Amino acid sequence: MTPETGPQHELSHGHELPPEEPAAPSKGTIRVLQLYPRDMNIYGDWGNALVLAQRLRWHGYTPELLEYNVGDDFPANVDLIVGGGGQDSGQLVIQDDLLSRETVLRELAEDGTPMLVICGLYQLFGKFFRTRTGSVIPGIGILDVETNGTDERLIGNVSVSTPEFGTVLGYENHSGQTTLGPGVEPLGTTAKGTGNNSGGGHEGARYRNIVASYLHGSLLPKNPALADFLIKTAVERKYGSFTPGTPDDRYAVLAREHAARRPR
Amino acid sequence: MLYFSVPLGKFVRRVSRLRGGGSALPGLVVEKIDPGFMQRTLATLPLGVAVVSGTNGKTTTTKMVVELLESQGLKVFTNRTGSNFTRGVAAALLGEVDWRGRLDADIAVLELDEAHAVHFVNKVPPRYCLLLNVLRDQLDRFGEIDKTADLLQHIASKTTGTVVLNREDPRVARIAATLATPAVGGPEVRYFGLDDSLLSTFPNDDDMRSAPGSPVPDAPAKPNADVVLRRVGPADADFDYDGATVSTPMKLRGVYNIFNAAAALTLARAIAAVRGTATDHAGLLTALGNVAPAFGRGESLVVDGLPLDLVLVKNPSGFRLGLKSFPAAGYATMIAINDNYADGRDMSWLWDVEFDTLREGGVDQLTGSRAYDMALRLQYDDVAIGAVDTEIAPALAAFIRGAKDRPKRIFCTYTAMLAIRRELSKITTVEVVS
Repeated sequence: MTPETGPQHELSHGHELPPEEPAAPSKGTIRVLQLYPRDMNIYGDWGNALVLAQRLRWHGYTPELLEYNVGDDFPANVDLIVGGGGQDSGQLVIQDDLLSRETVLRELAEDGTPMLVICGLYQLFGKFFRTRTGSVIPGIGILDVETNGTDERLIGNVSVSTPEFGTVLGYENHSGQTTLGPGVEPLGTTAKGTGNNSGGGHEGARYRNIVASYLHGSLLPKNPALADFLIKTAVERKYGSFTPGTPDDRYAVLAREHAARRPR
Repeated sequence: MLYFSVPLGKFVRRVSRLRGGGSALPGLVVEKIDPGFMQRTLATLPLGVAVVSGTNGKTTTTKMVVELLESQGLKVFTNRTGSNFTRGVAAALLGEVDWRGRLDADIAVLELDEAHAVHFVNKVPPRYCLLLNVLRDQLDRFGEIDKTADLLQHIASKTTGTVVLNREDPRVARIAATLATPAVGGPEVRYFGLDDSLLSTFPNDDDMRSAPGSPVPDAPAKPNADVVLRRVGPADADFDYDGATVSTPMKLRGVYNIFNAAAALTLARAIAAVRGTATDHAGLLTALGNVAPAFGRGESLVVDGLPLDLVLVKNPSGFRLGLKSFPAAGYATMIAINDNYADGRDMSWLWDVEFDTLREGGVDQLTGSRAYDMALRLQYDDVAIGAVDTEIAPALAAFIRGAKDRPKRIFCTYTAMLAIRRELSKITTVEVVS
């Protein structure tokens, strides 16, 4: 890897967390790492990082938001990882760097680190992406899934019934179709929309504490159960137990109700 | 066929007008019975066709180009009805040609949606094109930003005379390198640009994520721009061209609108320069200062004796610019977010906009089919929310009632803006200021 070239591992792009409200003493600090926010950020992926950071606060913990971009040193002691989607050009930029980080990401994944990977990084956490023209982009293979590019673009609102998180709502926009191997479970079955591929009737993938999904919208704001699973898992791994706070989810509930009524 | 199709199309146009119906039906009819109608008619124009495309600002920019050219005494045909696709152009032509199919104009200036522009330029290679920007907008329609850039590249590659490019949008500026040089028959390339001091107010989708302290990835040397926007004041602006800085009062508000004025000026100068007569520079400048925003593209109204600004937002960059261009202090604020096809169906874009500038005063009213998505977004930025009602009519009425003594501002998506204008005309006397 290239040597350190400047300030790293800090929240350093156009987005900022709102200022911290003075509150009760923190129950602990959780280090949340955004994977490739510079190149893989096309579908409001900042929303997922923001929701994790704010909900950590609302649960009484201190978020420490880190980012890892191409060529950075990989930060130590990461408690939670979130990564997003990119367009083709963004995926090309990160591809080699991601392969060079396979070992550390695999260790973290196998060790039970909670991770959320959306769209493009979902695909690249799998074994490979075969483009329409037949060229094969290798993934890091942490997830037992394969993706094939198609001419069909799957676009629209999605509703997924999941065994762990209830109904998950989001929006899909992808032309890659993903097939799950025996090493992963789907996140859930699609009640509206397509999900992983046009034949399967399922969406996303689950492996250890990784949640992989095609859904944005952004995904976590309207699915607080999913956000809290990632947070609870991270806190329990670090501090042994998780004592939740009382986030105000009024608007999340209403946004879900209205989103669920929108057409495909 | 030739003598039959135009009267028939005009007849259909009249009938469909009487029915209050769509503007494209007559275009469809004439296209079916006389597929060569549009090409043949446009080919008669002495100065050819100019196409305006890009994600943001097409309508207002097209209006500006038309008014600038009219200041030079040119007769301009344009697709004013907002039918920015091929069939819409054919329909608009039917309204302008005489019964024998002749168009009394020197040039056509056409606003074309990126995807439809590709079909159009395959049929009618334009003499000029003006490419404004590539922003994240309605990705559910075009797929990806890079694909949208490819669409614009195709428009440029079909252009025979002059291609006008936004120097500050990397995806647009780099189109120049893909074109044949004039020496081997390629088009002339001209740029419009921004002074460095204004660059920070124009985040593109890449800059939104770039680190403030991090090195800019090898930015190529900037080409010289024909027109540079140097400064924007409260009611005036400075432009650099022909080696001098020129100040003019502006009716347009919002930095991004005035940057599009630089774009329009660049195209108008290119077109004026090829005529035999000398360019009337003073006339151009006066016309530029007098341009008002196009319908529904951000305007200032008066309600109960106080200003009410409508600010159209349709993508993260546009929303950020809107928040930056119109400071919240002293204003009552409403946000209206619909998710109809014309607005973009995916709400992800709201999460790429920072709402910290609204934190101090909060937002008085939220509305639209996705009002609660907006509420959730504001909650995560710690912005206080007054009331939420997905129905636009009661929300607007409550907003106006509750903010009687304050100037008001409404940020709205496209279909929400149409609904709000309709409602405003019902509940109050609307006086359009600009």
